[in-house]
Amino acid sequence: MTATAAELTAPAARGLDRARLIPGLAQAAVGAYALWAFGLGARTASGAKAAVGMALNPNAPGALGMQTFPAAPVAIALSLVCVVCGVARAFAPLGPAARRGLTVGYVVSFVLAFLVWASAGTSTLGGVSLPGVLNNTLIVSVPLILGALCGIICERSGVVNVAIEGQFLFGAFSSAMAATMSGSVWIGLVVGALSGALLGSLLAVLANRYHIEQVVLGVVLNLFALGLTNFLYDKLLSPKAAEFNQPPVFQAIRIPGLADIPVIGPVLFDQNILFYLTFLIIAVLQVGLFRTRWGLRTRAVGEHPRAADTVGIKVLGTRYRNVVMAGLISGLGGVWLTIGQVGSFTTNMSAGKGFIALAALIVGRWSPVGALGAALLFGFAGGLNNALAPLGTPLPGQVLSMAPYLATVFVVASLGGIVRAPAAENQPYVKD
Amino acid sequence: MRLELRAITKRFGSLVANDRIDLVVEPGEIHCLLGENGAGKSTLMNVLYGLYHPDEGEILVDGEVKRLQGPRDAIAAGIGMVHQHFMLVPVFTVAENVVLGDETVTAGFGGPLGWLDRRKARREVREVSERYGLPLDPDARIEDLPVGLQQRVEIVKALVRDAQVLILDEPTAVLTPQEIEELFTVMNTLREAGKSIVFITHKLKEVLAIADRITVIRRGRVVGTATAQMSEQELASMMVGRAVQLVVEKGPGTPGDNAFEVSDLTVLDQHGNRAVDGISFAVRGGEILCIAGVDGNGQSELAQAILGLIPVQAGSITLDGRQLVGGGPRRTLDAGVGFVPEDRSRDGLVAGFTVAENLVLDLYKSKPFAGAFSLDLTAIGKNAEARIAEFDIRPTDPDLPAGTLSGGNQQKVVVAREMSRPLRLLVASQPTRGVDVGAQEFIHKRIVAERDQGRPVVIVSTELDEVLALADKIAVMYRGKIVGVVPPDTSREQIGLLMAGITDSAAAAQRSAAPAGGTAGGTAADHVEPGEGADDGAAGPDRKREGTGS
Amino acid sequence: MTTQSTEQETPAPEPFGGLGQAARNVFNAENSLLVTFLAVVLALVAGAILMVVSDTETLNRAGYFFSAPGDFFSAAWHDVSSGYTALFKGAIFDPATVNGTPTQFFGPITNTLLMATPLIFGGLAVSLAFRGGLFNIGGQGQLIAGAIFAAYVSFAWHLPPGLHVLVAVLAGAFGGMLYGALVGWLKAWRGAHEVIVTIMLNYVAFYFLGYLLNANGFHNPDKLGQAVSKPADADARLPRLFGDSVNTDVGLVIAVAATIATAWLLHRSKLGFEVRALGINPRAARIAGINVGRTQVLAMALSGLLFGLVGVTQTLGTTNPNNNSLSPNIDAGLGFDAITVALLGRNRPWGIVAAALLFGAFNAGASVMQASAGLPVDIVNVVKAIIVIFVAAPQIVREIFRLRTQRAPLATGGKA
Repeated sequence: MTATAAELTAPAARGLDRARLIPGLAQAAVGAYALWAFGLGARTASGAKAAVGMALNPNAPGALGMQTFPAAPVAIALSLVCVVCGVARAFAPLGPAARRGLTVGYVVSFVLAFLVWASAGTSTLGGVSLPGVLNNTLIVSVPLILGALCGIICERSGVVNVAIEGQFLFGAFSSAMAATMSGSVWIGLVVGALSGALLGSLLAVLANRYHIEQVVLGVVLNLFALGLTNFLYDKLLSPKAAEFNQPPVFQAIRIPGLADIPVIGPVLFDQNILFYLTFLIIAVLQVGLFRTRWGLRTRAVGEHPRAADTVGIKVLGTRYRNVVMAGLISGLGGVWLTIGQVGSFTTNMSAGKGFIALAALIVGRWSPVGALGAALLFGFAGGLNNALAPLGTPLPGQVLSMAPYLATVFVVASLGGIVRAPAAENQPYVKD
Repeated sequence: MRLELRAITKRFGSLVANDRIDLVVEPGEIHCLLGENGAGKSTLMNVLYGLYHPDEGEILVDGEVKRLQGPRDAIAAGIGMVHQHFMLVPVFTVAENVVLGDETVTAGFGGPLGWLDRRKARREVREVSERYGLPLDPDARIEDLPVGLQQRVEIVKALVRDAQVLILDEPTAVLTPQEIEELFTVMNTLREAGKSIVFITHKLKEVLAIADRITVIRRGRVVGTATAQMSEQELASMMVGRAVQLVVEKGPGTPGDNAFEVSDLTVLDQHGNRAVDGISFAVRGGEILCIAGVDGNGQSELAQAILGLIPVQAGSITLDGRQLVGGGPRRTLDAGVGFVPEDRSRDGLVAGFTVAENLVLDLYKSKPFAGAFSLDLTAIGKNAEARIAEFDIRPTDPDLPAGTLSGGNQQKVVVAREMSRPLRLLVASQPTRGVDVGAQEFIHKRIVAERDQGRPVVIVSTELDEVLALADKIAVMYRGKIVGVVPPDTSREQIGLLMAGITDSAAAAQRSAAPAGGTAGGTAADHVEPGEGADDGAAGPDRKREGTGS
Repeated sequence: MTTQSTEQETPAPEPFGGLGQAARNVFNAENSLLVTFLAVVLALVAGAILMVVSDTETLNRAGYFFSAPGDFFSAAWHDVSSGYTALFKGAIFDPATVNGTPTQFFGPITNTLLMATPLIFGGLAVSLAFRGGLFNIGGQGQLIAGAIFAAYVSFAWHLPPGLHVLVAVLAGAFGGMLYGALVGWLKAWRGAHEVIVTIMLNYVAFYFLGYLLNANGFHNPDKLGQAVSKPADADARLPRLFGDSVNTDVGLVIAVAATIATAWLLHRSKLGFEVRALGINPRAARIAGINVGRTQVLAMALSGLLFGLVGVTQTLGTTNPNNNSLSPNIDAGLGFDAITVALLGRNRPWGIVAAALLFGAFNAGASVMQASAGLPVDIVNVVKAIIVIFVAAPQIVREIFRLRTQRAPLATGGKA
């Protein structure tokens, strides 16, 4: 029996090999390109030194100074790590955990190689500020994370939510307005979250009760939210800004002790309450989805609603509750955009972040921690853009902005058959 | 627990699925609900399980009227159900499926965010499965388990909820004869433990083998009760309403040379197991080869491989000397193969297309229905009228969406289409599944007519009656292999043994391995039990259930 | 036989069921013109409420509603009537122009036609893909691709008059087609879901355009600091239909031709047969010998081609505000608007033309509304979204107006 079993699994394993070969080789090729461009290119050649700033505010007393080191060897070494990871992925017989490790190693080395290259010869300009890049990354990532978490809850319950973008707009708009009118960020927060949930409940009713195709529905709701917020902005918020659109913003809460850790301290532990709340929600959802009764039932409803129904779980009730609750979370994403960051609302200020959140949840394979990773990666591309702008890299900003989207297409295309969405996604549940 | 249904009536629109049905299930009995496909058995059981609400009538548990608003009420009343299409979440483990909806939570935040007690879940699965002799690995994922084990999970799921009455809806349809024996052993154990079982089936032999009492349903009504002492013929005429005889008028064939040959064919299923395992057979022109076997022994994959729908791992398929492997469905169809898929509504028809469009679904490209780019709607319409008349398809309007036709007429559309062009081979899977008797006879006649015109015909059927009526030659498939090729006058018993994988030599081995009556011993040799590697998803050619996530 | 169907209803595995089922419910549900009309009425009512609520002066009058209700009502009436009158004047006909020049007289209606033209292309594009079971959310990207190709040919090549515009139009169609086919290829051969791929490719196209508009060769050196391309040659611009005084161009004729072609393609051609079969039941289509991958690629390619034509009219048509050159917002949200048009037109070619005319009229009227009634243009986008929601869920309209429902075909049609 054992012999036959091994013999039988052999063809399947060979098939998997082929599935690994192409992405692995592609990774190695990109790594080789990095070697050529970052390690051997003109910017790092001629012994230029990479310069990395280590403090968010270099002029503060006691701040770490700028660090410099030779750029070319480091960039070459990191690029080589990329190539090795790609080759290993293509040819080495590895388990899934090891492959995941390789992917992380690949991404990290690639990003570092890029940073070294970008910072080469910039010491007179202050170098690439590492905490600055990290901070930018996190700030850009927060709404992506919140949006992706919203999408995860919805999709795990079997409802596709393309309206995250609209929920952001609703949340951003109403929190700015409510905070201005009341003078309280807290009221702004509550109103913002609730208005995300409002759009969520619209989605839930139209999808579950009226069975509108959910992708189309999401697109239409986005147009609705965009139209409504644009209209009200032009009509009210813009002409009467003092009355409606000059909200207070959340102040950073410095966590004593932790905030003094060099480099990461001020980035992670000197942020506002929404920032901490985001990470709390990630943890709660990760545990909630996979360890609690609510999570088990939610996943059952998203995978096989009829089976859930036959054991007495209320399928539609679960979907309604979850989609509305998820709306609160993406509403928070909108809150972050206004009173969590810049304060006042501007038209279309979500600027496609809701769609990137959607991509993050897919790249993160419908898990909160996975989505966190993907959102950070997307946020990094955005954050880097801001940090690199003054350094005069030869790379046009648009190319860097494009990178996360291209990466997503690549990931989705190479994982196509492997990544599995909840089975009952986008299928309205109808009892006989 | 004594269960009583009084005058249950359930209508769907104008259709009366259950018409004043009375049924009493005594404690500790196995009660068979016997009826043809579509007689209303499943509807009745869905009423009993709270999934449908009866329009009239009441349900009594131990003499007390219960209003079952949903499955939760039914479960609370001690009713458990094993659905024909399993209600299991494929990506969950056994333990997760068993406790779903009835989870124990420890501390946590209580309420919705309660922490799942997974240890207790596993323990419950182990306890129940040991008590009733249903070994299961609580951590195996459902989608990795063979069908027989999935069914076991369903039974354990009901028992963990302390079901006193267990409804088994067509449980044997997906099992091999051995697994059926095994299931019967379990049912006996449960009966001895004082549980009642409602056993739904349309197979007479099984009824007689296990039932304490039998209720026969026809067209939504109870037509009588019976005991296991009645003869098969008596039961059959009760079930069908007239004496049954399945005879196809069929003269002796005049087989020619080998026209269609399959040799050493190996096909993998989606899990990488050998669904078809190196089989060879040949069919001569003017001969009907029936492939018999229990559902899920590789017949579907064989048919799909012939069409070119799924890739072939090894071997060859030739028609009149032409290789069919590697060409895909289009080339196979163009080579003159007529193909009737086993699930017509899913695979054979486009429900939203008109009957006329469906009648050219795989012919639309060729003359006279199309030119270089455009379709000839006149020719398509004429073709539809001709086919509708020839095959007596009703209603006769060619512009109706095919989805609105009855099952029998849908099947006629598929058969009509496949036979409306010059064929060199006909392959039909389950050609009369779920089709009324009239349509069944008609389709059989047409199949025989194809043979009489000198064509090779391959019929895949799990209905032994159909096989015996149609075949010139019977090949029996078991676990991806052909275990025997026998003439059509072979006894049912002998074919039955082959369907269970028992060839003469295997039977001898079996006898020496397991003493008389030791069905459980017989299975242990064949089954990979969980914990021995079944959960890694590569446990040999065990049949996997497709589409669990319906 | 009569009881057959009840047991058939126990869940059959339906792996592709979700989309097909939903598509049927959205588009084949008994869904009369009446419902559409009522949907428009309801949406206009909602728009009216929005006008009143957003007017703080009127709301102030509501504050003393009980002492002088007439004040509130007359103010509200003024808001609504001036708004919708302006909409009408901007979209159809302004009585003040009866004695005006042809430009003035025909101005509103030609604006409507101009606005409708890209919506026709886009609506057809979305519906063509949808009939094949594919969501094309990638209109933005495809039309940008088309616009880039068309613009490049229009300013970089110098061909004889007549030929130049023809080649530019074809290039735009080709660019959109390539970008659409890429999605189809990723879907068919790599199993990548088209919704996510198209959304991502929208951004790729958007940023790529941003890059081009600042790059040598594309950027217009005369407009320093502005992200604009070089303008199209005069003979590469879409010719006007009735001379310079009437504001229409050949785009409209191409749109009508595209509608006829799409209608023919879907219902009279072999490819259309394959596309429709695939959209309803991909399994049966495959078993009937239809090459699923090829059909998906072709459907997406043609859908992209139609979006490419949106890029052409946006760039070379008379609506282009920048002297027929590319700018970063060349797509003007048409990729998503097209989805609403397809939905409102129920995925039927001529239905889409009607829907595009309606939405084109809204777009044309919106600017007049803003100018003369002080209402931001976006109010028509709210109204459009609401119309589409009501049309997609006709049941709501029926519930509101208590129309008699005929649910039977809707409930069982899919499973039988």
